[in-house]
Amino acid sequence: MISLTPQIMSTSFATVLRFIAGIVVAWLLLEAVVYVLFHRPPKNLLMRLVVLALAVALIFLFGRYVWANKSLDMLKKAAIGLALLLVYLGAYWSVGSPRASHLGIAYSLLAPAVIGIAALIIYPFVFNVYLAFTNMSMTTIRTYTFSLANGINNFRSVFTGVVAHDATFWQVLLRTILWTAINIVFHVSGGMFLALLLNRPMRFKGIYRTLLIFPWAIPQTIACMALRAEFNQNYGFFNSLLSTPLATRIGLHPLNWLTDPLWAFVALCISNIWLGIPFMMVIILGGLQSISKEFYEASEIDGASSTYQFRHITLPLLRPVLTPSIILGTVWTFNALNVVYLITGGNPQEKTDILVSSLYRAAFDFYRYGFAAAFGLVIFFFLFLFTLVYIRVTGGLKAAYE
Amino acid sequence: MNLSRFFSKTRGDSPFKRVLIHLVLIIACVIAVYPVLRVATISIRPGDRPLSSDLSIIPKDATLKNYQLVLFGDPVTKRASDFALWLWNSLLITVTTATIGVILASTAAYAFSRFKFPGRGAGLVFLLTTQMIPAGMLLLPLYRMLTNLKLLDTYLGLVIAYSVSSVPFSIWILKGYYDTIPIDLEEAARIDGTSQLGAFYRIIIPLSTPSLAIAFLFNFMSSWSEYLVARVVLQKATMYTWPLGVRTFSNQFVTAYGRFAAASILVAVPAMILFLYSSKWLVSGLTLGGVKG
Repeated sequence: MISLTPQIMSTSFATVLRFIAGIVVAWLLLEAVVYVLFHRPPKNLLMRLVVLALAVALIFLFGRYVWANKSLDMLKKAAIGLALLLVYLGAYWSVGSPRASHLGIAYSLLAPAVIGIAALIIYPFVFNVYLAFTNMSMTTIRTYTFSLANGINNFRSVFTGVVAHDATFWQVLLRTILWTAINIVFHVSGGMFLALLLNRPMRFKGIYRTLLIFPWAIPQTIACMALRAEFNQNYGFFNSLLSTPLATRIGLHPLNWLTDPLWAFVALCISNIWLGIPFMMVIILGGLQSISKEFYEASEIDGASSTYQFRHITLPLLRPVLTPSIILGTVWTFNALNVVYLITGGNPQEKTDILVSSLYRAAFDFYRYGFAAAFGLVIFFFLFLFTLVYIRVTGGLKAAYE
Repeated sequence: MNLSRFFSKTRGDSPFKRVLIHLVLIIACVIAVYPVLRVATISIRPGDRPLSSDLSIIPKDATLKNYQLVLFGDPVTKRASDFALWLWNSLLITVTTATIGVILASTAAYAFSRFKFPGRGAGLVFLLTTQMIPAGMLLLPLYRMLTNLKLLDTYLGLVIAYSVSSVPFSIWILKGYYDTIPIDLEEAARIDGTSQLGAFYRIIIPLSTPSLAIAFLFNFMSSWSEYLVARVVLQKATMYTWPLGVRTFSNQFVTAYGRFAAASILVAVPAMILFLYSSKWLVSGLTLGGVKG
């Protein structure tokens, strides 16, 4: 028996189609407005002010007399709205300068992404700042208050109190830095090692490459849940391996992977290193392939050793690829919420939590909303600072956006 | 035939080195693949002992019972299987999300690549800054937003929560790729009477298929197996996406673990095939985003 029936399928499919149709209409409308607005901008400041005043007046009239009018149905409201919009666009067009500007196309191409980012990244971010100054929690979800005192209280408890239930901010911050450093070092060196091995004409190259990307290809949620099971005390792969006769003979014994704080952290590192190496490998391999063979041939004639070649040819030429991917890798590792939450859940006693997993748990397991908002801002600030310093130091990314 | 010659076409490396390289790569491949194989192994163990310290790949008493339970429900308890429903929910949400994401990103990236407009540099830096927002930080405001709009437990709610999250990153990748396409091509088309948008549609889009595929894949993969946002937005069991559903197996009593493994394999294999198939585009799509031409 299957609970998915054709009827469920058709209704849900219809819901999604209706949603897509709505988006397409809104999108076309947006494009038209933006295009006309910037294609022929008004000639002078006075005209701009007139057009602005007209817009305000039309929005006011529409809101006061059409939107609030209960005797009109939705369709009529939409029609009147559209008519007013056309009036406005016509007015705008007629006072526009005779020389068309390319900004019309540029901004209409950008408009959907800008609206999306504004509504779903900027607005939530600002709202998060607002929340950081409230005392919102599970019990005060309807009655929370906004005040400076609440904000100060939230930020103070980030630095002085516990962040989720047991651990303090500084402990978690230190662990996060350690976590990010360990992971990035292994990701980059492991990825570099494999990429250097693969970057030569050889048999089975394609097969090796495909197999090596497996950890990246498997959906992360599954990988994490499966890895959690592999660290199981009695039945997991690691302890099974450690309790084989051979392992016992050389003095190894099963470990408490998920209950001992140190080993739980090691377990997380093993998992995340396994997950992250393929990305670096692929990136570095791509970079290596773009380096011309002639450099190596020329230096070989000069008698350069392969270590010398690596340091003076490979590394400098890989830099434009390495710098941005290390930044990305750092940010992703720092944000590896999935890995921590699904494998150890931050346990035992939050001794394996990193900042983002503490944050998630503070908000959604302990319902300390106002506090979590402040906590999130602090984390953002730290990550931002780190990236800024890193970009300054390496001078990277310039090539990417100029 | 010499063994090392069989293993390698390299000239210059000594036979010993060649064998060593292959040996190291084979070990690396085993490490990369083995955990995935373990899940497959657990999925074909009989129901009474899903957990065992047995390390062999194919257990002696292999059975497909777990797959049957996951796909068609339990004939004994008459419990229907929700697996197809979860997959259907995931598919609708993910395809919609990825399509919206790629459309938003590809047009915006074109504007960033080809036009000089006020706010361009600031915009690019801003996009990078959004990547520094810690995971989960925007979830709380989004959760409030979706609650107020009455969009919890709807497809629309989750699509909204997902759609924009990968857009900044996709814009960066695509812009880097567009930058490598010579502008002469478009100018030639313009002289032949095509509009700027026509040139974008007829020249840029076909030429940037690899990076568009990468952007689509990134969007697709990130929402296909997303768990933590879905856990907050979807509470009704009939709306569950597969990560939520599969997780209910692994949370339950021990015997459900075999079913968890079977469900994981059923979901992971198509996703992995898609990913590995498109991995030939991965290198060009990603690295060209980093290095400028």
